Amino acid sequence: MDGERLSRRDFMKIAGLGGLVFASGLPGCATRGQAGAQSDFFFVQLSDVHWGYNNPKVNPEARTSLRRAIAAVNRLEEKPDFVVFTGDLTQTTDDPKVRRQRLAEFREQAAELKVPAVRFFAGEHDASLDRGEAYQEVIGGPLRYTFDHKGVHFIVLDNTSDPAPVLGAAQVEWLKADLAQRKADDPIVVLTHRPLFPLLPQWDWATRDGMAAVEALLPYRNVVVFYGHIHHEHHHRTGHIEHHAARSLMFPLSPVGTAAQKTQLPWNPAQPFDGLGFRGIHASATGAAPRVREQPLAEA
Amino acid sequence: MIRACRKALAAALLLGAAGAYRAAAAVPERIALGAAKFAFSAAEIRVRKGRPVTLVLSSADFPHGFSIPDFGVRVDLVPGKTVELTFTPDRAGRFVFLCDNFCGEGHDRMTGIVVVTES
Repeated sequence: MDGERLSRRDFMKIAGLGGLVFASGLPGCATRGQAGAQSDFFFVQLSDVHWGYNNPKVNPEARTSLRRAIAAVNRLEEKPDFVVFTGDLTQTTDDPKVRRQRLAEFREQAAELKVPAVRFFAGEHDASLDRGEAYQEVIGGPLRYTFDHKGVHFIVLDNTSDPAPVLGAAQVEWLKADLAQRKADDPIVVLTHRPLFPLLPQWDWATRDGMAAVEALLPYRNVVVFYGHIHHEHHHRTGHIEHHAARSLMFPLSPVGTAAQKTQLPWNPAQPFDGLGFRGIHASATGAAPRVREQPLAEA
Repeated sequence: MIRACRKALAAALLLGAAGAYRAAAAVPERIALGAAKFAFSAAEIRVRKGRPVTLVLSSADFPHGFSIPDFGVRVDLVPGKTVELTFTPDRAGRFVFLCDNFCGEGHDRMTGIVVVTES
């Protein structure tokens, strides 16, 4: 695999920043970011809400965690241009009625966000069992799409509406056709649920054909990927493309290399909401690498 | 003459035995494994390094996947049918197998271990 793990320490070192704010490791990002300050904008990534999850040993605040996060976003001093939920809005269920009910309850809460726009896409818990039918019915919109914001091109890739963790040949072609309209230095942000690279296939942390998307993106110099699924902060690089996994708002999963098998980490009464959180992202049309701020839910 | 015949017979028997051994070694061991939400019929499979093995896989209720990422092998299961997956483990150790098609809330529990022992 052409890739390398960026440890949090490395990441902070690259950025040369302390605290919770850091920038991605693309060369020259700080100076370019300053030069392009006028075109900078700020958005928030919320991920893996798993509305409907019920295990008090893991999260006794399952009914309030999303509300807490939304309140925290609404209190942010710097107002985001938009919020994006990167999949697993709900906990899966075999019952199509319950699935729709959970999606509707989630949607009602998300409507409390006081931001100009909210973007959504599905995770496997929302979409895999019915190929996204309930998701599209309740949340609406396509499963994959693109949008542009202040000079940055966003691409939402769907690797969850098939029970298999795949993009599929048709979507890879769709991606290539979209990229063919871009210049090599256009700023591109890819949003997806599962990792595109094979982070840990033994734990289902991979997209089987995800590297086809990475290969298609490699000719473009200013690409970054934000995703969810693994329920903890993780940073990785394939070539020059950085991939940043977000925390969950429901339960943290054992980080790579810390457990023999995938484990939902138990609630710590001494540190409620520990391991949960969301992230703010400063992006820029100048091609400067996005700057990322992790926001623990415990401090929100 | 009799001694020469005995020697030839012994050699033929030895050759035959060796051939039979080679044939036996080439025939994969067969192991049946069923899948149903949300477990496989065995949590552990024991095989030998360097010996081919054929997994005879079936699913009761869903197009589960079966994957052993460390050996780069996987297959989709078809409910009501058996599917065979043959591979030769080239390393000893313990390796995860899993369902790699999302099948529901217990999907993450559909895992097991392939134990590969030295031959």
